[in-house]
Amino acid sequence: MKGKEVFFQGNEACAEGALYAGCRFFGGYPITPSTEIAEILSNRLPKIGGAFIQMEDEIAAMASIIGASLVGKKSLTATSGPGMSLKLENLGFACITEVPCVIVNVMRGGPSTGLPTGPGQSDVMQAKWGTHGDHPAVVLAPASVQEIFNETVRAFNLAERLRTPVILLTDEIIGHMREKIVIPEEGVLEIWDRSRPDCSPEEFLPYDTSKGIVPPMADFGSGYRHHVTGLNHDASGFPTNKPSLVQPEEERLMAKVTENLDIIEKYEHLKKDGAKVGIVAYGSSARSAKAAIKQAEEEGIPVDFVRPITLWPYPTEPTLEMAGKVDVIIVPEMNLGQMIDEVQRCILGKARVIGVNRVDGDPITPENILEKIREVV
Amino acid sequence: MADRYEVRLSGAGGQGLVLGGVILAEAIALFEGINAVQTQSYGPEARGGASKSEVIISDGDIDYPKATKIDLLLCLTQESCDKYSVDLKEGGILLADSRMVTKLPEGNYKVYHLPIIDTAKDKVGKVFVANIVALGAIAGLLKSVSLENVEKAVLRRVPKGTESLNRRALSLGYELVT
Repeated sequence: MKGKEVFFQGNEACAEGALYAGCRFFGGYPITPSTEIAEILSNRLPKIGGAFIQMEDEIAAMASIIGASLVGKKSLTATSGPGMSLKLENLGFACITEVPCVIVNVMRGGPSTGLPTGPGQSDVMQAKWGTHGDHPAVVLAPASVQEIFNETVRAFNLAERLRTPVILLTDEIIGHMREKIVIPEEGVLEIWDRSRPDCSPEEFLPYDTSKGIVPPMADFGSGYRHHVTGLNHDASGFPTNKPSLVQPEEERLMAKVTENLDIIEKYEHLKKDGAKVGIVAYGSSARSAKAAIKQAEEEGIPVDFVRPITLWPYPTEPTLEMAGKVDVIIVPEMNLGQMIDEVQRCILGKARVIGVNRVDGDPITPENILEKIREVV
Repeated sequence: MADRYEVRLSGAGGQGLVLGGVILAEAIALFEGINAVQTQSYGPEARGGASKSEVIISDGDIDYPKATKIDLLLCLTQESCDKYSVDLKEGGILLADSRMVTKLPEGNYKVYHLPIIDTAKDKVGKVFVANIVALGAIAGLLKSVSLENVEKAVLRRVPKGTESLNRRALSLGYELVT
């Protein structure tokens, strides 16, 4: 990739990726281990005509990025578990009003305020189901500093293309870890923007799906009327409780994701000859898994590997394929067992599934996983 | 498997060990052309408490970014030495401050018991450059990085106006081991 080599922290790469994608607004409330993202953007955004606001809390922060996006600016907020809980109400609002935005959750340990400076992966189910009601969830889970940069760009692209909030889920380890990465030159990575109406303001309907499943979006203040409500609404944007309108609209929200899997799904699938053990891992735990797989190979044990980069929607296909080949699938995660349920759902009972789980504030080590590999072969 | 070399810088929060690790890793990753990954671990407090920063160096991919079998351990406080020396591997290098660390762990280590903090305080005149004195000593002990490249990395990261202070701290640290 053509660009500039830098030695960056994960959170730094996230801020830089957001700017690359065209983000011009950040509204947030600082929280460890995500604060560097806010800190960097508070410095950078005003210099390029963007805006940074430290809001009074995370509820308002989430509302602010919805507002900024409605006027046409790509918007970001960043937080950790305790703040994410507060953002959920307005996350649902962004889902039903179809406002593109990106939310970063740098996961730390524990429920509530938990372990402020320790890593965790306990918010993976919250990311999918945290806000109430049926709603689409697009959640990306990078595992390196370079991938944080690239996936932040992709998060904005998907948000714009699908008109939906996208969550970037990292954790304290990769958020604070520093590695050498390449910041690509302008134009190397593709940047997508929301489609805007090509009709006159008089003809405009904010939820007009006659041309596609994702309606074009007008910038607030550009002369196009747009009624925004969290109530179920019709094409005009005004509330309705008419069953014949509500059901298809809710189905359409979900279909924006299920019918666009070709641009949303992303995973790594490594296959070894004769593998009878497989691992599914994501985020920083995937790095431990890779190290364990290399060590196992030195001991003569081949191990298959699936790493979801898009965590939601979950990549069913490679997981099911792996289950057809191996006897046991190990799912290491820094929680007490969350994605393991999803793995189990996918594989139709074709393999035994066991977890390696840690919530003590220390990462899962390659040795923790290797012990389990040795145990099952 | 590619060679993997693990460094842990430990002490108390506020001693600049995270910055020390960042500088060391940046010198290696950007100027030596070898892979280096830096991570950190600290408590919620801004000052005090045990703090550590780790640098993994390898000519191959670095999957697991944390240290497990340490080749070189720096300890600037007794607490950090007690807590973190368990992961130092046999034959590894222990670099400990001679004023703060009075009780050294038993084991087969190459021990450098050096006046890091006193050098910063008495010879440079600023105790807060102890992390840079330590970096100088580490540069003298590590084969994978030159003093020149560490200096280049130091100058990129320290506040403007403190360059000569930090240069002096670095070279005094280097002289402690060479």
